[in-house]
Amino acid sequence: MSTIFQSRGFTGKGRQAGPAGRVPPGQYVTSDFPVLSAGPTPHIPLERWTFEINGLVKAPRRWSWAEFMQLPARQYTVDIHCVTKWSKLDTSWEGVSLDTLLQVVEVEPRAHVVVAFCDGGYTTNMPLDEVMGDKAFVAYKYEAAPLPPEHGGPARLVVPKLYFWKSAKWVRGLVLAEKDEPGFWESLGYNNHGDPWKEERYHGD
Amino acid sequence: MAIELPRAVTRRRILEWQICTVVKVKQETNTVKTFTLEVPKWVPHQAGQHYDVRLTAPDGYQAQRSYSIASGPEQKGVIELTIERLVEGEVSTYLHDVLIVGDQVELRGPIGGYFVWEAAMGGPLLLVAGGSGIVPLMAMLRHRQASGSQVPARLLYSSRTYEDIIYRAELDQLHHDGSGMEVIHTLTRGRPLGWNSYHRRIDLQMLEEVIRPLGNGLIAYVCGPTALVEGVANGLVVLGIAAERVRTERFGPTGVT
Repeated sequence: MSTIFQSRGFTGKGRQAGPAGRVPPGQYVTSDFPVLSAGPTPHIPLERWTFEINGLVKAPRRWSWAEFMQLPARQYTVDIHCVTKWSKLDTSWEGVSLDTLLQVVEVEPRAHVVVAFCDGGYTTNMPLDEVMGDKAFVAYKYEAAPLPPEHGGPARLVVPKLYFWKSAKWVRGLVLAEKDEPGFWESLGYNNHGDPWKEERYHGD
Repeated sequence: MAIELPRAVTRRRILEWQICTVVKVKQETNTVKTFTLEVPKWVPHQAGQHYDVRLTAPDGYQAQRSYSIASGPEQKGVIELTIERLVEGEVSTYLHDVLIVGDQVELRGPIGGYFVWEAAMGGPLLLVAGGSGIVPLMAMLRHRQASGSQVPARLLYSSRTYEDIIYRAELDQLHHDGSGMEVIHTLTRGRPLGWNSYHRRIDLQMLEEVIRPLGNGLIAYVCGPTALVEGVANGLVVLGIAAERVRTERFGPTGVT
């Protein structure tokens, strides 16, 4: 969006814009890792943790923590962008690609949407084609250490191409659906899609 | 499991940038100022919501930040933003060091639909703040007062020193207004002579003492630095408050803002 407004006396000295092409509009780069969440941090014992995929799939599946750890995992280095304006570059994670998980459950052709659900009741919705093709993963390590609870541990979704509220903390599963339904923040004034490069922060952006 | 959403979730509008005018600047503490801004297309907000501020440099470079609204929705036509000056801050230093009455600034909002309280949601209300985390909670207290709500409310407010307490005089006045509202301070770095309230970081024992008169049916709003919010939110759950009754908003320490 172009604007003719200028802020008197603002030069952008000390701008935290980061390397060209890496930081979406309206974002600044931070070196630490802010914590944002709507309620208390859930603490689920690993022996009670499961991850399940259901909805429009041919073979719904539930993994225990031990089973999930057996799935092929890989390292990811990605830039993340929070709707509250901070971006963090080159974050390193280890986890399981959604491609791997979705292959197991055999997604039905009419499924177009994924809804992540979490401990604490949080949900978030995404188009299926934007989480496939190695564009999303379930992470259980951050910078080579177990993911801390305040950052979503034991496991969180990471979808780097969308604003970070889509990267659901404390994720416990996915529901495949045909029809799009807004999740938690998507019902509370935030954008249904959330592409940082299009600056889709809020409803109507 | 399900989180109960506030009823106002259906209020969906497209949020346009508006050029707003600074009509008042008040120094609250050494590092905190309140800016009163006239908003041309003002709409009532919910206490706890925020506005985005956008600054534009001559070369087109823009910087944006979110700031909680300090005023209640009963104060029409304007909003108050209470902002802490962060040494490394790109936007807060501009607002503190440059912005004066008569200047214009681009805003859009109000934004956010979960960390909000309306009198109709009832209580009892527990508010816990650390430092400038008081700001959205102050909007709730101002709304509570302006709407004539008698919902029992307690604010536990952690500040570094006595001089760092934001809204100190107004909080004293609210504490004595007879509406069932109590303010409990704690100071973490030194205290004045004769201080007879808490003077340590918030811990489980303090929380237990503060919530006791409110009972387990309270609704809690916790805002402040991450360590405080984590400690308080988890502490409330340990003390038997249902997790869905505890709403949190966190900031920093990001080193920048």
